Amino acid sequence: MSATLAKGINSFKDVIDAPIASFFSSCVHCGLCAEACLFYTETGDAKYTPIHKLEPLRRVWQQEYTLLGKLGKALGLSKPITDEELAEWEPLVYDSCTMCGRCAMVCPVGNDLTYMIRKMREGMSASGHAPADLVGATTRAVNLGSPMGIKWPAVLAQIKHVQDETGIEVPVEKSGVDYLVLMSSMEIINFPEYLSALSRIFKQAGVSWTLAQDAFEATNSGIQIGASDLAREIVSRIVIAAERLKVKCVISPECGHAFTALRWEGPNLMGKAYTFDVKHILEVLDELRSAGKLKTNGKDKRPLTYHDPCQIARRGGVIEQPRHILGDIAADFREMPDAGKMNWCCGGGGGVSANSRAEPLRLEVFKHKKGQIEATGVKTLVTACANCRIVMEESLEHYHMKVEVIGLTELLAEYLVEDKAL
Amino acid sequence: MNHLDLLTFARGTALNWALVIFVLGITLRLFEIFGLGRKADLAKPRSNSCGNGWRTMFTRSLPPEGMLKREPVTYIAGYIFHVGLLAVIFLFAPHIEFFRSFFGFGWASLPSALVDALVVASILALGVLLAHRLNNPVKRMLSGFGDYLAWAATLLPLLTGYMAYHHLMFEYTLMLALHIFSVELLLVLLPFTKLFHTFSVFISRWYNGDIFGRKGVAS
Repeated sequence: MSATLAKGINSFKDVIDAPIASFFSSCVHCGLCAEACLFYTETGDAKYTPIHKLEPLRRVWQQEYTLLGKLGKALGLSKPITDEELAEWEPLVYDSCTMCGRCAMVCPVGNDLTYMIRKMREGMSASGHAPADLVGATTRAVNLGSPMGIKWPAVLAQIKHVQDETGIEVPVEKSGVDYLVLMSSMEIINFPEYLSALSRIFKQAGVSWTLAQDAFEATNSGIQIGASDLAREIVSRIVIAAERLKVKCVISPECGHAFTALRWEGPNLMGKAYTFDVKHILEVLDELRSAGKLKTNGKDKRPLTYHDPCQIARRGGVIEQPRHILGDIAADFREMPDAGKMNWCCGGGGGVSANSRAEPLRLEVFKHKKGQIEATGVKTLVTACANCRIVMEESLEHYHMKVEVIGLTELLAEYLVEDKAL
Repeated sequence: MNHLDLLTFARGTALNWALVIFVLGITLRLFEIFGLGRKADLAKPRSNSCGNGWRTMFTRSLPPEGMLKREPVTYIAGYIFHVGLLAVIFLFAPHIEFFRSFFGFGWASLPSALVDALVVASILALGVLLAHRLNNPVKRMLSGFGDYLAWAATLLPLLTGYMAYHHLMFEYTLMLALHIFSVELLLVLLPFTKLFHTFSVFISRWYNGDIFGRKGVAS
């Protein structure tokens, strides 16, 4: 056995806990998880059945943590895990799972397969079976500060651009403010409208906030690739900055997995509870709205629909907030089938969009979203995740669909009542 | 050994051993699960109630929206089989008499004719589920020896019970002994096959409800 394989198998052993043991114990091989997975429903290929993607992890559980499995192993009856097998499983674990969590909502015995995939990726990356693109993104995130290699000067350039455009100062390194604002690389490069919208909204709402020079990036490829040590390194920058600046709350941007990384995994990666709150931007906006600090005027006449980013909705609990906001500013809001906690993924979450090898498959499985959008008949698609946004923009273009994708924060800013005297 | 001796053995020594293996097996498997432990979640939950787990334990018995349409065979045959099997085990008068002799108390039974119909329905449902397992590419890929063994071990008590009740094939005493042996086989296999989901389903559903509930989502 190679050293990396041994490392991977040890990592599999480490991640198996009581929930995972109960999940594998309960599986009756009914195959219903496949019906919830867009990689199966759109391709019809049985290998994309979610529980099948976990087969190597299941065998480690059985061989190491059950009496019969241990007996079988001792007698040489069990099939050992090999490098070849893990290499075969790599595309199943990374390219064809966006960790969207739909299967976990459907499994009749209650298996949280996403929880298991997340853990399994620890062993896959430890054994050297993570996609090269994700390895590159994670290395850049650790060494340069962002998976896309963006450094502070790029953010500074955007700040200058936003200040020139809005005439509002973008606060940097302000201590004792309410909110520390983070962005995703995608927003810095492709969607500068996010920072601009936020500046205007926060000015009107009288919110004190800041950006931090050493913690502007919210994304965390460590949790996508499954390397907890690197994920901890990346999240610790935010924790250190939030503590240094003594903010009350850190705002996770319009990015799905960044919210999962920071809100749900972060304290566990750090090994301690936070001294500050973490909220998704939509939660903050809805709170400001409820407190009467956010006034809007007029409604968007275009028929539009909202795509629930999986990590924000199903795996994040932010479902009602975008609908409250859209209720204020959209005249013709139409829900997609299965909207909310049973939404269908854009196909690019969980590191899939960062993995170029997965692109043809990702475009193929977008057919589901395509059908959903067509069912609503809209030409405007609103979402709250920069990754979903870029994935859907690319996919819509691939299918020659004339549908515009916009972020909810910037849409809200368009209808903001601005008191120029402020 | 005549039929009566065989029945006495089935009801006595064999049953005792089967129950010992069953109870020890279940205990072992539960230890195997809970012994692995679970790290405390340090993220501030939206809802920190263990009620999330308890709720999912029950709500997960219903198909999520849209799923019944996608996989009607699995759901419908699955319901018929599970409801039928549970009713037959716990609501058939002779079984209740057995439990009374064991626990010292009993409960109301269903009319035998109804139980009889449920047995037939369950057997048919099992047949449909096997055919589906062999034909559906996903199920076929997932299935191994354990799945077919579990299927057969579940069918046998239903089949032998039905045959004993209707005095089919063998003389009643022998058939009843075979019926009890088949139940003992099921008891012995249950902890060590996927049939263990009878118990672990409540644990896995609880964890699922808890994990989602902490994030503010009812799963």
